[in-house]
Amino acid sequence: MRDNLQLTPDGQLKHLLTLDGLPARILTQILDTASSFVAVGEREVKSVPLLRGKAVFNIFFENSTRTRTTFEIAAKRLSADVVNLNVGASSQSKGETLLDTVANLAAMHADMFVVRHAASGAAHLIARHVAPHIHVVNAGDGRCSHPTQGLLDMFTIRHFKGGFHNLRVAIVGDVLHSRVARSQIHALTTLGCPQVRVIAPKTLLPRDVSNLGVHVYHDLAQGLKDVDVVMMLRLQNERMQGARLPSAGEFYKHWGLTAEKLRHAKPDAIVMHPGPMNRGVEIDSEVADGPQSVILAQVTFGIAVRMAVMSLLAGN
Amino acid sequence: MKIHLKNGRVIDPASGMDAIQDIYLAAGHIQAVGSVPADFHANQVIDAAGLVVCPGLVDLSLRLREPGLEHIAGLESEMRAAAAGGVTSLACPPDTHPPLDEPGLVEMLKFRARTMPGPRVYPVGALTRNLKGERLTEMAELHEAGCIAFSQADAPLVDTQVLLRAMEYAATFGFSVWLRPQDPHLAKNGVAHDGVVAARLGLHPIPVPAETVALSTILLLVRETGARVHLCRLSSRAGVEMVRQAKKDGLPVTCDVNIHHVHLSEMDVADFDPNCHLVPPLRSQRDRDALRQALEEGVIDAICSDHAPVDEDAKELPFQEAEPGATGVELLLPLTLKWANEAGLPLARALAYITHRPAAIMGVDAGVIAAGRPADLCVFDPDAAWLVTPANLASLGKNSPYLGLEMIGRVAYTIIDGHIDFKRRVT
Repeated sequence: MRDNLQLTPDGQLKHLLTLDGLPARILTQILDTASSFVAVGEREVKSVPLLRGKAVFNIFFENSTRTRTTFEIAAKRLSADVVNLNVGASSQSKGETLLDTVANLAAMHADMFVVRHAASGAAHLIARHVAPHIHVVNAGDGRCSHPTQGLLDMFTIRHFKGGFHNLRVAIVGDVLHSRVARSQIHALTTLGCPQVRVIAPKTLLPRDVSNLGVHVYHDLAQGLKDVDVVMMLRLQNERMQGARLPSAGEFYKHWGLTAEKLRHAKPDAIVMHPGPMNRGVEIDSEVADGPQSVILAQVTFGIAVRMAVMSLLAGN
Repeated sequence: MKIHLKNGRVIDPASGMDAIQDIYLAAGHIQAVGSVPADFHANQVIDAAGLVVCPGLVDLSLRLREPGLEHIAGLESEMRAAAAGGVTSLACPPDTHPPLDEPGLVEMLKFRARTMPGPRVYPVGALTRNLKGERLTEMAELHEAGCIAFSQADAPLVDTQVLLRAMEYAATFGFSVWLRPQDPHLAKNGVAHDGVVAARLGLHPIPVPAETVALSTILLLVRETGARVHLCRLSSRAGVEMVRQAKKDGLPVTCDVNIHHVHLSEMDVADFDPNCHLVPPLRSQRDRDALRQALEEGVIDAICSDHAPVDEDAKELPFQEAEPGATGVELLLPLTLKWANEAGLPLARALAYITHRPAAIMGVDAGVIAAGRPADLCVFDPDAAWLVTPANLASLGKNSPYLGLEMIGRVAYTIIDGHIDFKRRVT
């Protein structure tokens, strides 16, 4: 058996690669730490010196605006030196391997890599090969994992619902291709959420998804019945090409979240979305901008959660 | 060269012999088993007390990476690795660069192999030119050059009309066609079994129907053409059941399994071990149990190493981009012994799957200990423990799922054509 890559021998967080297998103790520690950082963003002076003198490299092999920006803001608020690299456009196209790119950046005295890559397991690979003092934060790898998104979603749920122990949570849409959904599922089941549902057509669900501890629904109205939290997923346009769906229109008709469909959930249910949204595909504007939506709160909390992760990994 | 192998525990799976016997080798053949032949004066006496003497192993799939892939490995290293693993005869698939689709390439490979110590090399020719699945190769010419069968290796054969005709043409000469059943469309972009681990890790799946749909096509075409088909690398319970039925129906098919599939499952892929990225993928534990069951019942005819040396650069990539395959020939014997031990099988029965049974599939004179047969022997210590480390593997491919783990059973001598081609001190 391989060692647990994410934890030090004494059980502290060393890298954040996936929420799969991360103990509840660590998840809660991150959420609690994030709570203390929410206030920092509201202050006149928005920075704390926890990462002063540390170099954080945002290495994005795949495009992203929101995630990269929030990581950048989070690192800057911790007083770190931040370098942003869009590698997709440079080294990889020149034939450099992933590990070579990373080794070159490590030689520039990095303390932390925040990595996004299109292949599942890329962050694990990097974590296996970096020098012991470097911490790796997975900012999304293929379909596998997007742990800080999963954590900020948990933060949001805890903020609005107080906890996880009495909740029914529904995850709706393209679970198959979604690293966000996988991170949400692992976090929810670890934190003791008694019922996690996934709602999607069969073409957008992994075959053995129920083994992840979720209840499978194909009908949106049935799946939403009496839930406390609705987590929508982004539907990518290329899904129509792979013969997984006939059209965005048919998807919207059956699995798009409208105000009418939302009425099946509890009246005080919150609606979440990791962004960027496709209005009129997976979610109707009336819901996205409506009173139950906490989508913008997710973004705000995202900075605090990423600050928490980075400070726990490399804080002075 | 006359060799007297004395006091060894001689196991011949073909006859079921398992007894302490002396063996006398002369002129590349086994001259006698048991009593000393008249006028036998050994040049060398090997004391095999405490060791097992069995037929040299026969491996149905071992990639030598020649021609064209010498940056990964080559004849010299991989023949040495095969000998270190006790293998005395091997079939090499045609997925070289260029593929083995021309007689000249095959002759050159056989010639090169003869110039160095190590096992007898039996190339499997390409079924279609450049393995493209479009035009047939000159099978008769390739056969004359030394090909024992024809295959697509792991290259897809999309056009079923070409498959039908290739089988008809091969059947015309009585040639055997070796096919790995995998539907290219259902397996598209896939890298892992469509099960709980792929769901958890977000890996692109290869569903079981990729195997069964292809099997169904192949078996129907066997019925149609009467071609002799060997099915390579079964991976699923459902696939095994189809072969069981086909054999019951009297179809001329045989099949094998990769030794790694006998022991490992999708669970071993986590977290993203590229050395467990194999083709076909490691499937569920249920599938693995079915493969073991089918082996015991003889539905699966043989175990092979499917030896695939891959260099480090091609493995140190994210799982889906890492080149598939595992180095395996040096683990074939100990992993077969491990299976025998776990399944409670007598050694003679287990060793059959890596000796005379694969030899019969290849149609070569190998895998048997009897007077008059080739002096190809494997002498091993069934109790020797050793650690799988890069330094302990002779193959240039160090890509083993078993790195860092202990094996029980180690080759002490490999005798090929009456010569000691490999020797190692075992404790």
